[in-house]
Order: sequence, then C-alpha cells, then structure tokens
Amino acid sequence: MQYLNAFWVGGLICAIAQILIDKTKLTPARILVLFVVTGTVLGGLGLYEPIVNFAGAGATVPIVGFGNVLAQGAIKGVDEQGFLGILTGGARAAAGGITASIVFGFLMALFFKPKIKS
Amino acid sequence: MQYTKQEYLKYLEQKSPNSPLWKDTIFAFLFGGGICTIGQFFLNLYQNTFSMDSEMARTAVSITMIFLGALLTGLDIYCKLAKYAGAGTLVPITGFANAIVSPAIEFKKEGLVLGLASKMFVIAGPVLVYGITASAGVGLIYFIIKQLGG
Repeated sequence: MQYLNAFWVGGLICAIAQILIDKTKLTPARILVLFVVTGTVLGGLGLYEPIVNFAGAGATVPIVGFGNVLAQGAIKGVDEQGFLGILTGGARAAAGGITASIVFGFLMALFFKPKIKS
Repeated sequence: MQYTKQEYLKYLEQKSPNSPLWKDTIFAFLFGGGICTIGQFFLNLYQNTFSMDSEMARTAVSITMIFLGALLTGLDIYCKLAKYAGAGTLVPITGFANAIVSPAIEFKKEGLVLGLASKMFVIAGPVLVYGITASAGVGLIYFIIKQLGG
C-alpha cells in the first residue's frame, strides 16, 4: 500500500507538471522554480505534511517536497532560535540535499566526459 | 512569399506536430511514479533496516536519489529516459541532480571555475534562490504570527 500511494501521488505531481509544460510552454527551469516555491508555501501553511504522511516518498521525492523541507526548517528554526531562525532554518534543514547536489554534481562532472550529441 | 511574424507563427503552429498531451502525461505519470516508488524502497530500507527516524530517513532518501540522478546523468542514461518521461524525470529530485550535472559536464571545457562550477547552477541556482527566499518568507511570517499570538 505504501508503494502504491508513493507511486500514484508521485506520478500525479509529475503529470501536473507535464500538463503545465505542454499547455503553457513553461520551460523546465520555471517548472522547477514554480514547484519548489509551491512546496514552500504549502509547507508553510502546514498543508504538505499530511500528503507526506499519506504518500511517503511520493511526496518527498518530487521537488515540491524539497520546498516543504525548506518551509518546515524555517518554522523549526524560528521555534529554536527566534528571529535568527528565519535565515538559518530553511537552509539547515535542506543542507543534506544541497550539499549532496553540489558534491555529487561536481564529482560526476569531473569524472564523466561530455557525450557527442547525435 | 513574405510572411509577417504573426503569419509565420501561425504557419509554424499548423505544421508542428500536435503535442500528444495524453501520451506525454501518462509517460510522466508512470516514470515519475516509478522514481518515487524507488524512493519509497529506500525510505523503508532506511527506516526499518537502519532504524533512522523519519526526518533522517527522508534526508537520506533525498541524498540517495540525488546520487543516482547525478550518476545516471554522467552515464548519459538519464537524458535518454527524459526523452520519454518528460516531467516524470524533471520533477523528482533526481531531475534536480540532472539539471546540475548536465550543464556542468557540457561546459567543462570552458574551465573548472567559470565552466564546470559556474554552469552547475544554471538551473539549480534559480531553484535555490526562490526556494530559500520563500523559506525565509515563511519563517518571517511564522515569527510575526508567533509574536502576535504570544
């Protein structure tokens, strides 16, 4: 059941993005920005955690979940550090993902050669 | 024959194949769902076998998926999948990794600083700018509400 919910919720989020791409000519970069900000807003309103509890990775793996992590982090930051937490909370909660992206991205780009486009 | 710009756009619209919306959407659904299912496998693994709490397990899943996305991009497999999957490979966090590695490899020849390292952020940069700024907004609003509410 967990797998099924992860599958259809995750799939649905991607399907929404695909419809936006086909219908509005939004570029992939804009879609990513739109989805991460949507996740942050939904997370800030407390609307995304119920989806995470229902769908697990189906909600956390899409980039919307990254926005939710940022928002939850900012809230936790304010709870723990007050005003300072506004600026420390989000990035702290997302630190693992951000650092992994940079480190793995850097290493892979160093190691692999560009492919010739056919 | 001379075309005005508008006529030309109209002509293009007629000649270009109709974007098969349903096919695109179903593929995006299947691939996106599939990637999330793989994520769920790791989530269960980290929670049950490595007994991480849910927050740690979520972070570990993100890191795992980012690694896989970066590796498959390097191996030139991810962009082949993306041809069919569209948003199904873009929206999962693996697509974020892909958006980092792909331009980094492509612009490597322009140098390690202004090529590789700088181009890594062509797409990831805006995502971080807007995501982190939005999180500060959430934090600020929450802080104000907390102050007012006592």
